[in-house]
Amino acid sequence: MKKLTFYSLMIVFSLMTLSCFDNSKPNYQFFPNMYESVGYSTYEQSDAFANGIEAQLPAEGSIPRGWVPYEYEDTNEGYELAKNNLMSPLKLSEKNIKKGKELYNIYCAVCHGPKGDGQGILMKREKFLGIPSYYDRDITEGSIYHVLMYGKNLMGSHAGQVNSNERWQISQYVISLREKLIK
Amino acid sequence: MEGKTILLKEFLNLFSNFRALRLLALNLALLLATSLSISSQEIDISKGKSLFNANCASCHKLNKKLIGPALKGVSSKYEKEWLYSWIKNSAALIKSGDDQAVAIYEEYDKVAMNSFPQLSNEDMDNILEYTDYTPPAAIASSAGNSSNVNQSSSSSFTNDLVLVLLLLVLAVLVTMLFLVTKTLKRLASDKGIEINEKKSSGTPIWERFIKNQFLVFVSVILLLLSSAYFAYGYFMQIGVDQGYMPVQPIHYSHKIHAGENEIECQYCHSSARISKHSGIPSLNVCMNCHENIADYNGEEDLEKGYTKDFYTNEIKKLYKAVGWDETTLSYTGDTEPVKWVRIHNLPDFVYFNHSQHVTVAGIECQKCHGPVEEMEILYQYSPLTMGWCINCHRESNIKVKDNDYYTKIHEELSKKYGVEELTAAQMGGLECGKCHY
Repeated sequence: MKKLTFYSLMIVFSLMTLSCFDNSKPNYQFFPNMYESVGYSTYEQSDAFANGIEAQLPAEGSIPRGWVPYEYEDTNEGYELAKNNLMSPLKLSEKNIKKGKELYNIYCAVCHGPKGDGQGILMKREKFLGIPSYYDRDITEGSIYHVLMYGKNLMGSHAGQVNSNERWQISQYVISLREKLIK
Repeated sequence: MEGKTILLKEFLNLFSNFRALRLLALNLALLLATSLSISSQEIDISKGKSLFNANCASCHKLNKKLIGPALKGVSSKYEKEWLYSWIKNSAALIKSGDDQAVAIYEEYDKVAMNSFPQLSNEDMDNILEYTDYTPPAAIASSAGNSSNVNQSSSSSFTNDLVLVLLLLVLAVLVTMLFLVTKTLKRLASDKGIEINEKKSSGTPIWERFIKNQFLVFVSVILLLLSSAYFAYGYFMQIGVDQGYMPVQPIHYSHKIHAGENEIECQYCHSSARISKHSGIPSLNVCMNCHENIADYNGEEDLEKGYTKDFYTNEIKKLYKAVGWDETTLSYTGDTEPVKWVRIHNLPDFVYFNHSQHVTVAGIECQKCHGPVEEMEILYQYSPLTMGWCINCHRESNIKVKDNDYYTKIHEELSKKYGVEELTAAQMGGLECGKCHY
């Protein structure tokens, strides 16, 4: 009888310890006020602002460091103007193209393909269709920059992911890809 | 069907009347000809489909408005010649002041359609044939799908059934054993045989154990050691969230995005390159793809309940949060924040910088975050303890290639330590002030 109570107690105990272990909840902390400071941390929920989020938009009219103004509008005319007039401030160099390639493979190749022929993995898996090859499109550095800035048709703007310098580096690399395709 | 019955009739005729042979040959030839014409039409449609997918599908769907109008049955709406000139160069047609062209241009917010001078009239015919074509097999295929679903659910059902049956058999066996021992005992007592129940004479075992002092000593030490071991283990895991797997407000599957679709981590976590934080992507990054992808059509995991409807519903949650109206394909401006649950969270007395590790050191994300591309639900892979950080700093060499900033210090330090390649620890990766200040 004693043995029986002992075993049942053991089982209850192990069940209790198991049930306390919950993957969807964070673990205990030792002195939590050293882990969580008084200052706001990134993306924190906070009552300090009206919408309850720590991550606020910058004040209207503020300009980020290193920001370059862009004068062309997001219209068909703006596209044509950018295509014909906009020139890259960067010099054509190995270093820029190499950086452009790195960025292209992160942000563009998933649709446009590593070679720029429109055969990216999303196209092959038919998530996106009709992605053009750079071969078929009459594009210039200016038009590539413009499209990266605003997006075009189904392509969204990538201005939030790459800054103006990086956009120019990608444009350089895309032009070099197109030259390879035309050859 | 008709062809088959005709054939059957012909065979009957053949047996009844031998002269019908000539007729049969004629019929066969006819059949062959019609089948050929069907297949050539199919070829046109498949050609049209591939052309449509390659050229048109970036802006047009068959049954749904996208950037441009839905193209199902477009050839009945407009004249063929007009369509040719529109596809070849829509901008020129609009400029010429064609009423229809200008009307469409205005209706779709003055989005210019790309011109396709490379398409021949035949190509365009094929495309139009494809847009007019309604696949007859739609009902059959959907029926096939539903039967598949039934099969898999029935298989799990049979599994359950087998388990229940096995349990029943086990229960029957146990009761049988009890009954057998009972009858055996009764038989034995009837015959006058005494059964030795375990009544060991003399002192019980625990009393003998207490009397043996050496045994008591050893077992107390063992007990203390093992409890110390478990206590240590328990205290060491306090504040460590390895394996933490919270439920997120939108079921975002890294397995589908980073695994199956091979999207680079940094496409969405773009600030990992350039800042302290890897960044939770803002919803406009999601919409870069999900303006187009409104439904999930990939693989399902029925056992866990990850059906196509489930995933599609998660995409709808995204649309609701970002304020995207699917019918008009425009933003309503009515947004709400998504309350993502943070998983990787270092204590506030530690400084960690993503860009230093991602851009300067060139470390793969998976080194710390584990096989994210296989995670349906993301969890914390590494313990993120100080020992874990320091271990890696001791083991990994720093990347000097293409980094002029490191050239000089690397030269001097490698001379000082007398090594070819410096580890992160030798560059100062163990100094307290690097991470704690």
